[in-house]
Amino acid sequence: MLKRAIIGIVVLGTTFQASAMSGKLLLTGGVSQLEGSGGGGLTPWAFIGSYATRDEYGANFHATEVRTQDYTVKAQGLTVGIKNLVELSYSQQVFYTQEVSSANLGKNDQFGIQQDTIGLKFKVYGDGVLDQQTWIPQISVGVQRKENHEEDLVEALGAEDHIGVDYYVSFSKIILNQSFLYNLTLRSTKANQTGFLGFGGGENDEREIMTEMSFGYLLRHNLVLGMEYRNKPNNLTNFEEEDWKDIYLAWAPTKNISLTTAYVDLGNIAVKDNQSGIYTSLQVGF
Amino acid sequence: MKKNILILSLIFAFSALSASDFEDFGGMKKINKIVNEFSVKLQANEQMKSFFVESDMERFKSKLAEQFCAELGGPCKYTGQNMKRAHKGHDIKASHFYKLVEVLQETMRENNVSLRMQNKLLAKLAPMNKDVINH
Repeated sequence: MLKRAIIGIVVLGTTFQASAMSGKLLLTGGVSQLEGSGGGGLTPWAFIGSYATRDEYGANFHATEVRTQDYTVKAQGLTVGIKNLVELSYSQQVFYTQEVSSANLGKNDQFGIQQDTIGLKFKVYGDGVLDQQTWIPQISVGVQRKENHEEDLVEALGAEDHIGVDYYVSFSKIILNQSFLYNLTLRSTKANQTGFLGFGGGENDEREIMTEMSFGYLLRHNLVLGMEYRNKPNNLTNFEEEDWKDIYLAWAPTKNISLTTAYVDLGNIAVKDNQSGIYTSLQVGF
Repeated sequence: MKKNILILSLIFAFSALSASDFEDFGGMKKINKIVNEFSVKLQANEQMKSFFVESDMERFKSKLAEQFCAELGGPCKYTGQNMKRAHKGHDIKASHFYKLVEVLQETMRENNVSLRMQNKLLAKLAPMNKDVINH
């Protein structure tokens, strides 16, 4: 299914390549993070997704796969940038539990927990790319509404709810003088493993503020090497949840295609410890 | 991960030690060459050429070279009009500004300017968007 989606969007991307792409500078719309918002791999940034300038509209498709020792996550979605001010996103993420499905969940090995996320982001201050005369970052606020399709299952695992809303504020800046970029995101959330295991739990059912950070070094005009850290709640009584980390490389060979690959360390996820692996994401814009 | 932080710190340490941005960029010779090629590209670019139809290109190039030199800390003084005045009368959108940066990046790449020096110059030019974009 992912393969078909990738072929589909590559064909679509080629069609749109004919139209002259102008817009913002390479990679300054970020890539699409796991839940579909413009950002790094794991965390949303204040930059508005797509290359649309203040006079333009833009959009991109993304297809993402994360493979660890015991699990696979596949995600695909659409991110729309409106006048470099508002960002809308929609993303479907499926968490394939593989052998855990039959061993622990009473499902077959093809089973996946699907979650849909609708995102909305507003730029509230600054331009993190052009305002090079100041250290003050671009600031955006956003919301991600997530709906997990496996209500019975996630509640059986100890979650209080299968629907949750995250609110966040992001601070992002490229310091051109140092070829460096940073992002700080503060997220108010109850999500367990971003929502794949539902929202809230026996250990904690209150919103908490999580800190997410990204750094990047511009290796070339179209290549960024960096790392991310995503602090996560620990709400479920029976399963531990750990913070996520990655080291990523984002590459934009052309203005409408970007490829991101990362080594991710996701820690304990449900019954499996020490999950780490490779994150791959293709994004096609028009 | 600790190793990465170390590498990044070293890169910053070395960048702080460099003598002069103007020299590192390649001096006046490199600036003049880049400004010449940049002007040719702008005049050939579909999005940009209309802005230069009535321009005195020799004056444009000499003032631009002065400006790059001065912004890089070289021994020049910019004697052209201020940015707001220079762009008045042209209908300049954000997309034109970004296109100009892209063409400049391309020209600097073709002239083997290091990414660090490219970004140092762009960091000086980027804030001018407020006076240049008027649409």
